[in-house]
Amino acid sequence: MLDDKDRIFLNLYGIGDWRLEGARKRGTWDGTKGMLEKGKDWIINEMKASGLRGRGGAGFPTGLKWSFMPKPDPARPAYLVINADESEPGTCKDREIMRNDPHMLIEGAMIASFAMHANACYIYIRGEYVLEADRLDAAIDEAYEANLVGPNNSHGYPFDIYVHRGAGAYICGEETALLESLEGKKGMPRLKPPFPANMGLYGYPTTVNNVESIAVAPTILRRGGAWFAGIGRKNNTGTKLFCVSGNVNTPCNVEEAMSVPFRELIDRHCGGIRGGWDNLLAVIPGGSSVPVVPAHEIIDCPMDFDALRDLKSGLGTAAVIVMDKSTDIIRAITRISYFYKHESCGQCTPCREGTGWLWRVMTRMSEGRAQKREIDALLEVTTQLEGHSICALGDAAAWPVQGLIRHFRPEIEKRIDSYMANPHPEPIRIAAE
Amino acid sequence: MTKIVVDGREVDVPADYTLLQACEAAGAEIPRFCFHERLSIAGNCRMCLVELKGAPKPVASCAWGVRDCRPGPNGEPPQVSTKSAVVKKARHGIMEFLLINHPLDCPICDQGGECDLQDQAMAFGVAGSRFHENKRAVEDKYIGPIVRTSMNRCIHCTRCVRFTSEVAGTGDMGAIGRGEDMEITTYLESSMGSELQGNVADLCPVGALLQKPAAFKARPWEMNKTQVVDVMDALGSNIRVDSRGREVLRILPRINDDVNEEWISDKTRHIVDGLKAQRLDRPYIRRDGRLTPASWAEAFAAIAAKVGATDPKRMGFIAGDLVSAEDMFAFKALADRLGSPNIDCRQDGSQLHPRHGRGSYLFNATVAGIERATSLLIVGSNPRRESPVLNARIRKRFLKGDFPIQVIGERADLTYDYDYLGAGTDTLKDLAATVEKAGERPMVIVGQGALTRRDGAAVLALAAKVAQGLGAVSEGWNGFSVLHTAASRVAGLDLGLVPGEGGLDALAMAEPGALDVVYLLGADEVAIGPGAFVVYQGSHGDRGAHRADVILPGAAYTEKAGLYVNTEGRVQQSDRAVFPPGEAREDWAILRALSDQLGARLPFDSYRALKAALQAAVPHFARVEHVVPATGDALGALAAVGGEVERSALRSPVADFYLTNPIARCSAVMAECSVLLAQGHMQQAAE
Repeated sequence: MLDDKDRIFLNLYGIGDWRLEGARKRGTWDGTKGMLEKGKDWIINEMKASGLRGRGGAGFPTGLKWSFMPKPDPARPAYLVINADESEPGTCKDREIMRNDPHMLIEGAMIASFAMHANACYIYIRGEYVLEADRLDAAIDEAYEANLVGPNNSHGYPFDIYVHRGAGAYICGEETALLESLEGKKGMPRLKPPFPANMGLYGYPTTVNNVESIAVAPTILRRGGAWFAGIGRKNNTGTKLFCVSGNVNTPCNVEEAMSVPFRELIDRHCGGIRGGWDNLLAVIPGGSSVPVVPAHEIIDCPMDFDALRDLKSGLGTAAVIVMDKSTDIIRAITRISYFYKHESCGQCTPCREGTGWLWRVMTRMSEGRAQKREIDALLEVTTQLEGHSICALGDAAAWPVQGLIRHFRPEIEKRIDSYMANPHPEPIRIAAE
Repeated sequence: MTKIVVDGREVDVPADYTLLQACEAAGAEIPRFCFHERLSIAGNCRMCLVELKGAPKPVASCAWGVRDCRPGPNGEPPQVSTKSAVVKKARHGIMEFLLINHPLDCPICDQGGECDLQDQAMAFGVAGSRFHENKRAVEDKYIGPIVRTSMNRCIHCTRCVRFTSEVAGTGDMGAIGRGEDMEITTYLESSMGSELQGNVADLCPVGALLQKPAAFKARPWEMNKTQVVDVMDALGSNIRVDSRGREVLRILPRINDDVNEEWISDKTRHIVDGLKAQRLDRPYIRRDGRLTPASWAEAFAAIAAKVGATDPKRMGFIAGDLVSAEDMFAFKALADRLGSPNIDCRQDGSQLHPRHGRGSYLFNATVAGIERATSLLIVGSNPRRESPVLNARIRKRFLKGDFPIQVIGERADLTYDYDYLGAGTDTLKDLAATVEKAGERPMVIVGQGALTRRDGAAVLALAAKVAQGLGAVSEGWNGFSVLHTAASRVAGLDLGLVPGEGGLDALAMAEPGALDVVYLLGADEVAIGPGAFVVYQGSHGDRGAHRADVILPGAAYTEKAGLYVNTEGRVQQSDRAVFPPGEAREDWAILRALSDQLGARLPFDSYRALKAALQAAVPHFARVEHVVPATGDALGALAAVGGEVERSALRSPVADFYLTNPIARCSAVMAECSVLLAQGHMQQAAE
């Protein structure tokens, strides 16, 4: 349970003023200049000491990522790009940050840019986030006006920040596809290596960070990495925004300590599972791309990167999707498969062809219109898809189906049996027009 | 050099190699679809996945550099496996994914037999299919008169997209939609606008893009393949002529990095139907104003009667643009024996002349040398129309960057950016007065637009002066380059097919009443004035044949062996793919037979003897496949010529790329291309 004094996001629910004045009252922009004066090594070391792992899903240590930026070179400007293309189904944490506390992000952007000697920062925001982009724009205008950012700002470090609105493609949340899109090209992931830290935006060193990772940075630096590291378990430190949705009584966004047990998270913040704990069927703990975890495994599991990885799932973006026993789990996963089929960029073979295949077979299975042997074939197709594509979307499409088969194979078989048991005349086909 | 272990075999490869190259160096075979040596790396087919020790996932070997591989914990070289279970499973998986939406129409697909997908499915795929859903259906697109589409077959390797954007420079093709709805198309189904568009069908690893004119004609395994040299432009592209029986069915490029790399122009490729149309397959004699069929004996007798009654000074000999060196050699020998000084190979009136040395008319920088040049000035040429493949080479150099290009002449879309200096001779004069040394290896391309003028010699002198000023000739570099438009021209100049003492040049011979007998050897671009008795020897019933009084049917370039010299002076041997039609004969044989009738018997009885005589007379013709470089001092001699230039614009002689020679003018495909592409009557997709 996170103490109120340890909360980072003090205006998560938009009760206070999101503008500069309100943000200042909450401590944003306090002593920023002093932090910059301590130097970039201090910042990176504090970030490393805090144990902050990237909040975008992969959980890569943020301090380490910042330290990968090459040495300053006047011929090669560096960039910070903030990934606000929050499109993972179930995830809505960045939205609240940008809507209700945009100055936290701007201050974080300034500090992070300083730490990686970038003088420009681009925030790539999802096109559907209209209000959030407007607020971000307004907050940036305020910051320029107050001379907090800009070429000759009061912090003495020239820094510009821009908001770029995307067009709503999920794949543009992949860091290299995001860079392509930012450059004005088709949002298709790049081959790695070279990694963005060497060849990123416009071919220059670039770091791409999630909104939450950047927004927590100023507070971490103000209160010290050790404070942040003292929350949660080892390797899974700090506070985290959980987006709990689905069959709980009061779905919500909440900041909690890492490694909070699932039961506590739900009972304390979400009013418990609809119909009681016995009614819990399964949970997708980290956004649509991670495998589903059945009730008995997750109830007492700490919600963090390592514990969920041990359950062969993942924390992802901490978008907890709770499903009770009224859920048709096969249809739910089918819907996720459809999402990935729809959002595949089409560049590389496994993802382009595999996602559609998965969705089609899943559709039949959700009706029971399949053979039991196809379950194994489906599982093998997911392994052919997983790990063979350019970006991680192929993996993301494969994992939910793998999770389903791992934990709910009897359910699928039952569906097939019941379909077989009933007479089903072939549907009358209508000639295509 | 970096050490790397491939399948347990250690190889030493340059650090800038990709894993795919390293694996091939180690003798391992890596399947691929999207990777192509001459295009950028896309890494999207995923067929080339290999296992790299230490990497969590299999890596795409086409995109992964050897220098990106981390050594082992004790510094041992990185280990790559191309045969492990992981790799095998990955290949099976990718192959299955590629095939689930690929139609099973190999029996009706023209790519069958030379299909990468077919071959690799046999080698790396699995036998059965587990896909029980409906296959994707994609509408076929209209992308122009050259390339036929069958988009169900597309595997989205994007080779065509990369070709049009990188090599052709027109960027016609792209992908719309995403995921499995991604489709390759020209936006709004307009026609591609490149002169190199046929190459996308060669690049296509499956049967999605095929040659439209060659559709449903033959299977690859039933055709004879002959190595031929192209004569459509002066580049001398290396081609492979595929024939069955007496019929040429298609033309494909051969790889020659010094000349055409792997590309050929659409004219080179789709001339095929022109080789069958309007052919002269028997001799004709004009009787009462009409051409009537005749026998060889009658035709020879008619010529002998006319020639016997004519003063040799009143006879003229003009060689055309598509003629081989041997034919021209025999032609000149005949003119010499008859005692005529009136011989010319420059039917377009070009003022190039061998008296200034070979360096005055060769593309001295060489085609491959374009890539070494540091700057370029184009004078009176539109290389895109005159030699599209050479233009692609210029674009290749341009894309490498740091290559300023200037143009004097037509302001046209050359597929690369250039600095436009001006249209005509005034600009050239100004430049000659102000020019400064530029860079290490400046290059000057002088086109026929500057030379096929009455003042061509003076323009050439000015251009030479500019080249001198730029410092185009230095140790190990000669950047003064004449771009020819006629395949036979350099050989003709090498052989001295220019007027002798007191002789007339081609344009003077064409004047009404200038001569009594004119012998045209495949010369169709010159209109002989009334009065002369015209003998036309050639393959097609085109302009020359219409004017002729006697027609002697000859062989087209696919129907005879011969040497050709391209614009850079490279001697290349072409082989015979098929036999000439009907009573037509190889041209040297006609000349030899006729010489007997005229009492001026030529001293060779076989092609071999003729070639030996030619190579003995002009030794560099024996250096087949090579460029014998010319000395750089021709530039000084040219610049010293001087002369007055007219004030006028320099215009490329090639107005319509698709209709530059008799064969092309007989081709329905070229006619369609001309209407659609050159004349701009772009066809829109039907609603």
